[in-house]
Amino acid sequence: MGLDFSVVPAFAGALLLGMVWTIAITVSAAVLSFFGGIVFAVIALYSPALIRYPFRLFAWLFMGTPLLLQLFLIYFGLIQIGVDLPAFVAGVIGLGLHFAVYNSDIIQSGILAVDKGQYEGARTLGLSRMQTLRKIIVPQAVRAVIPPIGNNMIALLKDSALVSVIGVAELTLTSQMAISRTFRPFEFYVTAAACYYVINLGLEAGLRRIERRIQLAR
Amino acid sequence: MTDRPIIDIRHAAKSYGPLEVLKDISLQVQKGQIVAIIGPSGSGKSTLLRAINDLDPLTAGEVWLEDTQVNKALPTRQYEAHINSVRQNIGMVFQHFNLFPHLNVRENITLAPKMLKGISNEDADELAVEQLNKVGLLDRIDYYPSQLSGGQKQRVAIARALAMKPKVMLFDEATSALDPELVEEVNLVMKQLAEEHMTMIIVTHEMGFAQDVCDRVLFMDQGVVVEEGPPEVIFKNPANDRTKNFLRKHLKGQN
Ligand SMILES: Nc1ncnc2c1ncn2[C@@H]1O[C@H](COP(=O)(O)OP(=O)(O)O)[C@@H](O)[C@H]1O
Ligand SMILES: [Mg+2]
Repeated sequence: MGLDFSVVPAFAGALLLGMVWTIAITVSAAVLSFFGGIVFAVIALYSPALIRYPFRLFAWLFMGTPLLLQLFLIYFGLIQIGVDLPAFVAGVIGLGLHFAVYNSDIIQSGILAVDKGQYEGARTLGLSRMQTLRKIIVPQAVRAVIPPIGNNMIALLKDSALVSVIGVAELTLTSQMAISRTFRPFEFYVTAAACYYVINLGLEAGLRRIERRIQLAR
Repeated sequence: MTDRPIIDIRHAAKSYGPLEVLKDISLQVQKGQIVAIIGPSGSGKSTLLRAINDLDPLTAGEVWLEDTQVNKALPTRQYEAHINSVRQNIGMVFQHFNLFPHLNVRENITLAPKMLKGISNEDADELAVEQLNKVGLLDRIDYYPSQLSGGQKQRVAIARALAMKPKVMLFDEATSALDPELVEEVNLVMKQLAEEHMTMIIVTHEMGFAQDVCDRVLFMDQGVVVEEGPPEVIFKNPANDRTKNFLRKHLKGQN
């Protein structure tokens, strides 16, 4: 049986919608993972031991177990304790927290790499620890680690396909539905791959823009 | 003048483990006075200067800013609030500038006044213009530190400190990291401050500058003030052999 891509256009609308959901979940989870990563990094570095150690356990759970399992737990498991999240929300939280933990590691190293003179410069002006952290240290740390965080965001885009298993009708699930109707896996998986590639290009272009914009301010 | 000194250091001592870096140092600086601290590397000059705003806390002794004890014993939380408000009155200029690279010149200058004194954006802008005018860099107001020369960076750092309207300015080898041809522009700004009677404590390796600008010179060695006096005496007629030796090395090629 030969390949026949002419079956694809009939599903163009559905695939486009799937792409939109993939972008929506990626952007939402990326934003959560970015700000969550900053908060986690500050907790990991500066909070009292009573918070820090339980937090490390929590971070280890997110890094040391499969993302797929975490998604199942958040979507199916939490219902048992009365938390019934929509699939999209469960997906954003799962992806967002998972990558927040990875981002936190990177941001921590960024914070530790900020020159000690920056801290002293701010403190001698009269800024408090917290003001110094917020206005001086974290902004510089984040600027310095934009490239590795960008890599994480590209990984996040690819891992967003996992939320298909909890029923978010994003690109991968949409493709599978098209396949079940047409029995044309090759055509639709290749099409989906091309779509991911296009989103990826957009993401990389966005990251490059951010890097260019902060180039002077380093 | 019999007024209470602006800065009053009483029996300051500091140790890092067994290493005594400052040994019972006392120093009074009156309003408008300009004091130079000279001495070999490792003698404790920076440590003394940084004790004044408690950046390097003393192990013993007291530091007073007018009628406030800078390093008074307080519970952590209260101490934070206390030291932050004290530091607003003490400007500090570092060897390596410590400008904030992610902020432009204007923002470097206005950040602290805006956050700590709650002044409006317009007033903050006016303040930035005023201070940059003073250091001759108004045309660089929208530049980032990475776009400035070392001398320009240090002048912006001085403007940033002045924007808090401090009662005293501390300089820790403000020109040591600069290429020789950039030293003079920073010295000029400091001389101008001297003419405006800013109270200053200046740690420096430049004997010529100390001689020109300062009212008093302290020579430190191994954690003690070996000798102090007016520049004419310290530079032309020092009493102590350690001072003589140090000056012999450092005055070569100068004057
Ligand atoms: N954080 C520190 N830990 C241990 N020793 C230190 C520390 N900071 C400074 N010192 C020591 O204190 C002495 C005085 O240093 P410093 O005040 O920087 O001297 P100066 O500014 O005159 O060159 C030096 O011997 C230095 O090695
Ligand atoms: Mg020093």
